[in-house]
This record gives sequence, structure tokens and C-alpha cells, in this order.
Amino acid sequence: MIIKFLIRGLLFLIGAFIFQVSLSGFSRKVVGRIQKRYGPVFWQNFRDIFKFLFKKTSISHGFIFDFGVLMAFGGTMATLIFVPFGNFAVIPGQTNFIVIIYLLAIGLLGMAMSAVGSGNPNASIGISRALTQMLGYELPFLIIALIIMFTNQSSSLEVLVNSQIAGTWNLIKMPLGAVVAFISVMGMLGKKPFDSPIAPAEIASGPLVEYSGKYLGILMIQHEFATVIEVGLFVNLFLGGGKTILDFMIKYIIVYILMVIISSFLPRFKVEESVKFFWKWGLSISIIQAVITLGFYFS
Amino acid sequence: MNTKELIEKIKNIVRGHSLYMLHYCTGCGAIELPPTMTSRFDMERLGIAPMATPRQADILLITGYLSKKTLRRVIYTYEQMQSPKWVVGFGSCTINGGIYYDSYSTINRLDLYLPVDLYIAGCMPRPEAIINGFKKLISMIEKGDAKGWEHYIENKKWYKKNQKKALGNSLYTTR
Repeated sequence: MIIKFLIRGLLFLIGAFIFQVSLSGFSRKVVGRIQKRYGPVFWQNFRDIFKFLFKKTSISHGFIFDFGVLMAFGGTMATLIFVPFGNFAVIPGQTNFIVIIYLLAIGLLGMAMSAVGSGNPNASIGISRALTQMLGYELPFLIIALIIMFTNQSSSLEVLVNSQIAGTWNLIKMPLGAVVAFISVMGMLGKKPFDSPIAPAEIASGPLVEYSGKYLGILMIQHEFATVIEVGLFVNLFLGGGKTILDFMIKYIIVYILMVIISSFLPRFKVEESVKFFWKWGLSISIIQAVITLGFYFS
Repeated sequence: MNTKELIEKIKNIVRGHSLYMLHYCTGCGAIELPPTMTSRFDMERLGIAPMATPRQADILLITGYLSKKTLRRVIYTYEQMQSPKWVVGFGSCTINGGIYYDSYSTINRLDLYLPVDLYIAGCMPRPEAIINGFKKLISMIEKGDAKGWEHYIENKKWYKKNQKKALGNSLYTTR
């Protein structure tokens, strides 16, 4: 039984890796076309990741530095196991939203621990910005997710998906909430208006500044897995998941490419501006959505 | 060909097509790089992208002359990079000093101090020349010919002697 779940989990991780890395390579091509360039080939991100894994030397900065990288990588992989992908879930019945949100923090905290362990001031600034921004996007996203969970009386993603397949999508039921969640997911991914934690021009790529060789390769894979989790959550909560895996993938690709296109047009917020933006607009619109939805629910 | 050589060959092909570049812009060379990176000449289609820190970079691009003060920083930067790593000398200043050949404070030949894999000649080289040079570097890496970093490790004594001659005995500043 356990062996079966292990094999399923491993296959799922490999599949998610191949899918997301080719998709993010394709998104580089999309950005290239927007800027009137050819752009790289779509398997460029595989080359980048494997190039870093094939490096002959890589510098370590102590035990905390190594351990944090593994904690981020392992925590993100463990989270990915709980996300249903269309009708496929690694452990059927174990797709709780609260578990996912709880485990997702492990990845970011491991990263924070490791980056601070490197002792580079740029890394500390980057991590403090990332955690500050987390305060911004988590709050509106969680309010919207709580409304969905309350109206369905369940926190299992499979139940939420099935209720949307039977009825209407949450995108149509609560459009304001979907917009807020979309922007929050862009903040989670660190896409363009919210990329102050990794700003390459001012703090030299932030938390990643001291990583080299294999460490950076592992963290790039971790970032791809985190992308699958966050965009997958949005598709499951608002676009009705998918009847099959293919259905899910098409919705996922549309959402991801839309985010890439939007982010390629926008400049960068300062970190206090992005938190202010999330709290001023995100929080107020999500509370309006809560009042409307709960009003209909109780009447 | 045994398995080890085959794996090394595959690794070299992957390395050649993904090059993160750290540009050390001292002089006028920086002017020709933005058009090479942006829409008109589009360096990214060859898999070359600019990077912010020496830890993540593969190529050290030295654009223009080096004074004795900046040479020290370039050596620090080079030693922070992770191998395999490559150095590209850019413009005639790195080859023979260029128009600053008789200045009291500049370095005339870069390859006395760092192992240069490829020179791109010109004052300054146009974006076409830069792209051409990088294509040459990619084919060198694929064949496994660009071994400047191994040369630096093997002949460390000779390089350190030259560096000390130019910079004085305080090669690493102590604070």
C-alpha cells in the first residue's frame, strides 16, 4: 500500500517537474515575443537547471545553509503531494486545503533560514522583504478561501472541485474574489509587480545571492514545484479543477500564461507599496465579496 | 568511447547552451552590451542571460581596460565564481592595453593575470562581433576546449606571481 503511494508520488513529482519546467521555458518565449525577440527554445529551463546541477564546485556556508535548502526542497515536495491534479490525487481523500497552506510555509521558512545562514546582507534584505510581502498576500487569499470552504462546509479540495463540476465555477459565483485571489497568487509567485524580494538590480537577486552550483539547481526545482502548488490551488478553487488531467492542464496553462503576460507589462512595486496595495485593495474587495456571498448564503 | 566520456560530453553540451554572464563594465564596453541583450540582437536565444552575482555566473565578461585598482576586484570576483567558469576579454584594451597602453595605472595584458578563454577584438566590438564571439565560445565549450579554469588551478603560482607584481604584496586587502 505504502509502496504504491510512494511510486505514485514519485511519478507525480517527475511529471509535475517536466510539465512546469517546459511551461516556464515556453513562457520565456512568450515574453520574448512580447518584446519583439525570438526568445530561447522552450527547453531552455531544463538546460539552466541541469547546468547548475552539473557544476563541479559549489560553496557551502555551514550546516544551517545546507539544511535550509533541503528543508525548502523537501517541504515543497511534501506539499505538492496533497494537491489534486484533475481527477488524479496521489493519496485519494487526502487533499485538505488547510494542510497545504500549513505545509507551504515550511518551504519559505527553510529558504529564510538558509539565506540568513549565508550571512550575506543582500540575502537578509531579500528574505525580510519576502516575509513582509507574505503578510500582504496571505490575508486576502485566505479570506476568499475561507468563504469558499464555509459555503461548501468542507476544506477538502476534492469536495470543492466536485461541487464546482456539479454546479458553476467559483469564478462565476464570486468574480471579485477570483480577481483578488489571482493577484494574490501573482504575489506568491513573485511575478513582476511583486518581485521586490528578488530584485536583481538593487539587491542582486535577494535570497539567492549566495547560492551556487547544485544548491541553486535544487532551489530552481523547488521554485518550479512551488509554482505548481500555487497556480494549482487557484485552478482548483476557482476554475473547477478538472474532470481529467488534460482538462486541468489546459486551465493551468491559460492561468499561468495570463500571469506571465500581465507581469511582463508591469514595473516593480516597492515592498511597502505592495503590502499597502494588498491590504488596501485586496483586503477591502475580499471583505465586500465575503459580505455579498454570505448574505446570499444565509438568506 | 566509454560511459564516463559520453556523460562528460552530454554535460558539456548542456553547459554550452546555458551561460549566465557577469559583466564587469569598466569602460566604454558596457555601451555595446544592452543592444546585444535586448530586442534587436537578442542574446537570450543563444541561452545567454545576464546575472547579478558572481556565485551564479558562468562567464566573466571584462569589457574594457582594467586599472590596478579594478584588477583586484576582478580577481576577487573570478575566485568567487564556481567552476567550470570562463573569462571573455572584450575589446582591444584587454589584449594589449588599447589606447591606454602607456598609462601608468592600467593593465596591458589581461591573460597575465586571469586565464582568458576568448578575446573579442575591436574598439569597441559591435553586437554582431559579440554574438559571433559567443557562438565561438559555445562551440569551444561543447568540444571541451575551453579549459581556462583548469589552467588557472594548475598554474596558480605563476598567476599569483604576476598578480603580486602588479598589485604589490597586499593581494587580498585585510580589514
